[in-house]
Amino acid sequence: MSEQIRKPEDSLWKRLTRQQLFIPVAALLLLVVFNLVADPSFFSVSIKENSLGNPVLSGNIISVLDNASELVILAIGMTLVTASSGGQDISVGATMAIAGSVILRMVCGGEVTADTLHMPILLAVLVGIVVSMCFGAFNGALVAYFKIQPMVATLIMFTAGRSIAAWINNNQLPIMNDISFKYAGTFLPGIPVPTPIFITILMIVIFWLILKFTNLGLYTQSVGINANSSRLNGLNPQMIKLLTYVILGVCVAVAGFMRVSRSGSINYSRIAENIEMDAILAVALGGNDLSGGKFNIYGSILGAYVIQFLTTTLYKYDVPSTALPAYKAVVVILLVVLSAPVVRERMSRIKKAPVKTEKEVA
Amino acid sequence: MEMKKILALTLALCLVLGLAACGAKEDKPAEPAAPAEPATEPATEPATEPTEPAADSEPQPAPDAEGEPAPAPAEGPIKVGVINNDPNESGYRTANDKAMRDTFTAENGYEATFYNNNDAAQQIATAQQMIQDEVDFLLLSPGSTTGWDTVLQDAQAAGTRVILFDRMLEADESLYAAAVVSNMPEEGETAVQWLADQGLEEYNIIHIQGHMGSDAQLGRTGALDEKVNAEDNWNYVTQQTADWDEATARTITQSVIDSGKPFNVIYAENNGMARGAVAALDAAGITHGVDGDVIVMGFDSDKWAFEEVLAGRWNYMGLCNPLQAETVDTIIKDLMAGKEPAEKIIYTPEQGFDAATLTQADVDMYGT
Repeated sequence: MSEQIRKPEDSLWKRLTRQQLFIPVAALLLLVVFNLVADPSFFSVSIKENSLGNPVLSGNIISVLDNASELVILAIGMTLVTASSGGQDISVGATMAIAGSVILRMVCGGEVTADTLHMPILLAVLVGIVVSMCFGAFNGALVAYFKIQPMVATLIMFTAGRSIAAWINNNQLPIMNDISFKYAGTFLPGIPVPTPIFITILMIVIFWLILKFTNLGLYTQSVGINANSSRLNGLNPQMIKLLTYVILGVCVAVAGFMRVSRSGSINYSRIAENIEMDAILAVALGGNDLSGGKFNIYGSILGAYVIQFLTTTLYKYDVPSTALPAYKAVVVILLVVLSAPVVRERMSRIKKAPVKTEKEVA
Repeated sequence: MEMKKILALTLALCLVLGLAACGAKEDKPAEPAAPAEPATEPATEPATEPTEPAADSEPQPAPDAEGEPAPAPAEGPIKVGVINNDPNESGYRTANDKAMRDTFTAENGYEATFYNNNDAAQQIATAQQMIQDEVDFLLLSPGSTTGWDTVLQDAQAAGTRVILFDRMLEADESLYAAAVVSNMPEEGETAVQWLADQGLEEYNIIHIQGHMGSDAQLGRTGALDEKVNAEDNWNYVTQQTADWDEATARTITQSVIDSGKPFNVIYAENNGMARGAVAALDAAGITHGVDGDVIVMGFDSDKWAFEEVLAGRWNYMGLCNPLQAETVDTIIKDLMAGKEPAEKIIYTPEQGFDAATLTQADVDMYGT
């Protein structure tokens, strides 16, 4: 009786743990269950009227989806970079500051406090994207052509990026007061869902289409697994590595725009501080091998939501500010260890053994 | 073996190149900013200028008596070395750095070298370099309060006078000529006193702290902590650090709103974080400011924040005056004239501004 029940469970477990998305999904479920048990009101969503008189959705879940947006977008780009070059870009926070600074400089027209747009937002964002792509290309070139370790190569922009961002605006902290500039970071008039959620969905769909209809995913993987044999098969590994860094540049610019749009201003040394670490963590939580090769961007996306879910949960339960990083670290260590390919391999092997013996018995 | 050596060499080279690149870039923002600035100030500067060369050449013997070993450049500019923190740290620091750069200019009779870094170890190394370069005055905003004894002693031996600005350090008073600093605990007390004067029945406070352990955070938290512990009707709804970051402050406030806990005060330890908190209030349609449900309090001196208070969207701003440059300038000229400052430690005048009494004149005078 008990054996009969255990049998399908074992094979289900085996199949589950083999899934790359197992850990992030399990972590997300765990957080959901924890919050359900501790306080079901965590999931309540209500409609409120914001100060402009628009109806807006409000609630922890909305906050999680909203605040995770930048991280999700960065995690997508970071996954590609990780897969192709077997290393991570630690300069994304600093280049976000650059992109945000460029965009603000454009819309403010060099004024410190601007009440009207000096340039269409879309154009300013495009300029921001181009600049950010250039910095991505710089990082990518160091990695691909000069064969510098990604972390060392991006350390340059990590150190210099925020100073460059400040220099772009003559060391001033520009403020954009035009309400339409804040649409992308807050709410569109009449739409109750925060705009960052839409932008994030749009980015995810774009990358889904790119990976489905182009060979980018395949090429990135093969370069990450073995650059030499991909070269022998007619690929240009350097070019593909460079390309992934440029793509990350686009993601960085979109995230940077979103961040400055939330408040209409920027603080060069604080904006998106340490976000690179969360982005790398999201990639790791997604079960991706940080040394490159096979990847799954949906894993990273889920990983990013797990991180934000965790942060929001900790805030909700008023974990003292000084202890917050420690709590986060404990959960993160657990998740990362569990999602490490070695551990996953061993987990499915542990469960494999009893299945075999049962079969023999039967 | 050969390979390993080559590898080690290459890596070492990379490291050196990397460091060189970083070092060069770090100073970068300072340079382009400098030429842009003098244009804003010269209107006031020439007025003070004529008095200065006279004061400079006349009382030359006086500084000598104090052991100033550089009496030769009587007509030349006063050499100052300015060591400050990273100007991008906050709006406060940007204003502070800009004021220093605008004051210690060639037109104003100075030959100034500037250095910006938050890392005290780097600051110390640069200070020693500046002392070797025989600056007349070393102006210092220390990144940490300790570890400066050797530098101060070296400066004294070399006849370089040290003037602290903005931040204090722990050293014997005899080691520096003067200190022009902010009084953080007093800022906190003024703000808490103002809040108590509002006479609310119950104080449910969202307290958003700055970078833990910084001078400003300790001062501004201290007074509030004391009051909340002492009074029964003062409660923290939450007390979290946002590390001076606007986005984090918004998230913290958002999570309180989502939890449905009632609150009526936001005590943010700088203006940027107050703005982040207000963004969360706006998104949830919670009214704030003079006629609103929630009292909003910020600190520092940003002009835009003054305007928020003036418009009644915020209730209070504790001024932390970043403009010590003028006071430092006066002290230097007094010292050159052989006059020691009356008091070693001079606190910049701080005050709290209430939305009810703030005027446009205040904004123009104190806003940065």
